[in-house]
Amino acid sequence: MKKAGGRLYTFLVFLFLYAPILVLIVFSFNDTETASRTVWSGFSLKWYEKLFEDRLILEALRNTLLIAVVAAAASTVLGTVAAIGINSMKRLPRRVMMNITNFPMVNPEIVTGVSLMLLFVFAVGLFGGRSLGMGSLFAAHITFCLPYVILSVLPKLRQMDPNLYEAAQDLGCPPVKAFFKVVLPEIMPGVVTGMIMAFTLSIDDFVISYFTSGTTQTLPIYIYSMTRKRVSPEINALSTVLFAVVMALLIVVNVRQGRARRAGKEDA
Amino acid sequence: MKTKSKLLSAPYTVWMTIFIVLPMLLVAWFALTDRQGNFTLENILSVGQYSNVFLRSIWLGAVATFISLLMGYPLAYLISKMGEKRQSVMVMLVMLPMWMNFLLRTYAWMTLLEDNGLINSALRAMGLPGVHMINTAGAVVLGMVYNYIPYMILPIYSVLTKIDRSVIEAAEDLGANSRQVFLKVVVPMSMPGIISGVTMVFVPAVSTFIISKMLGGGGNLLIGDLIDMQFLGSAYNPNLGSAISLVLMVIILICMGIMNQFDDGEPGEGGVLL
Repeated sequence: MKKAGGRLYTFLVFLFLYAPILVLIVFSFNDTETASRTVWSGFSLKWYEKLFEDRLILEALRNTLLIAVVAAAASTVLGTVAAIGINSMKRLPRRVMMNITNFPMVNPEIVTGVSLMLLFVFAVGLFGGRSLGMGSLFAAHITFCLPYVILSVLPKLRQMDPNLYEAAQDLGCPPVKAFFKVVLPEIMPGVVTGMIMAFTLSIDDFVISYFTSGTTQTLPIYIYSMTRKRVSPEINALSTVLFAVVMALLIVVNVRQGRARRAGKEDA
Repeated sequence: MKTKSKLLSAPYTVWMTIFIVLPMLLVAWFALTDRQGNFTLENILSVGQYSNVFLRSIWLGAVATFISLLMGYPLAYLISKMGEKRQSVMVMLVMLPMWMNFLLRTYAWMTLLEDNGLINSALRAMGLPGVHMINTAGAVVLGMVYNYIPYMILPIYSVLTKIDRSVIEAAEDLGANSRQVFLKVVVPMSMPGIISGVTMVFVPAVSTFIISKMLGGGGNLLIGDLIDMQFLGSAYNPNLGSAISLVLMVIILICMGIMNQFDDGEPGEGGVLL
């Protein structure tokens, strides 16, 4: 009895989580002429055709991916190097650095967004140059990705035996080579996690981009303008495509993790 | 390794100074000056005019946080009791909606809640009268719960899985019934998870401006909408916007300070709500 109640509860919460998404997906196949979002009038793929013909969406997608790649790469390099530095600090400076690192994660996104907007507008006022656009988006995304990279690399550094690096150097390995041959392989899982997090956070970000993009379109900003101005099942088609991509990625990652775990058990 | 590698964080320090510290100083500076750049307290003082918006944001955010906790805790608990394989599937299912852009998730609720939306159509098809749901405070709370409940479930779940089984067995051996075990052992031990869950739901809920715009219509203005209006909206006034942002940050810091109190002391019932 108790078990059945638990199952029912789990089912209901998941129904709550997934029903809206299912509705979105179903109505992306709706063959309707008008803006009616909720009357079913037959199966059609026309919203998908429209979606892939929409040049604005494709451009927004291109911008989003470009920003995500640059932000993930830059924040991973900068963050990993910084984590090594932070890890070797004494207690007090380390606390200061960690507070600065944690701050953007605790601060409301909207405040981070407007503060960066003020900075960019202010900088343009001082030095001239182009106002908000791709440049400010790159800087903003790198900024909010950095803490996540650092927080996923630091634990790996702490687990690592510091003698390894020294041993490599004692054996005549130059510091840079020792880093790539000894330290980096040890902390690689953390670096990869940080990079994946940075990439997905960047793709998904709306609030900070909204304040720092000027007229440049990213996918979330384009979605926002779609929900504001016109009502079109194109947006449902877009949701479905994105959902399918994310689900496929998650399943691949999960299967690989499961396999890795099983392999690990067999080793032990 | 130690002495030289400290310098490795120098580029990061410079970056964060420019893009985190300096912008925050700019917010403070804008909040304390007028358009000509003269010092003034007027912006901060005029935030008081919007106290109703602040109260509404805090109230709706708190209600959404409380509902998320009530709904999320049992699910986290149930998942933590499942077999290892099912646990990871369930956790993935909780995370999956989060990976879909939150604008799309909120948009989905628009199509459901509208006066001619799916829920009302279904009600009418059954011969029941329609219910006005969109553009109400309830719809805003619903949107908040829907968007942020995974942030409540996941930290609670991860703390629950770390509870030592033998502690629960000890309580049972000492004669506690299952209710007592739950209230006196499991809940207090999961307090760190509850606290991070509450923070992770409350902070974005209080400062949202999209959910209120999409589901709340014009009548449910939140702090976030107010800030948005001062920077990108009709009421362009970055000085006032900065002052509001500053006050919002202070409110959130105070809330988190209160929350952290519960981390050490005796966790009181209902104390999780502010």
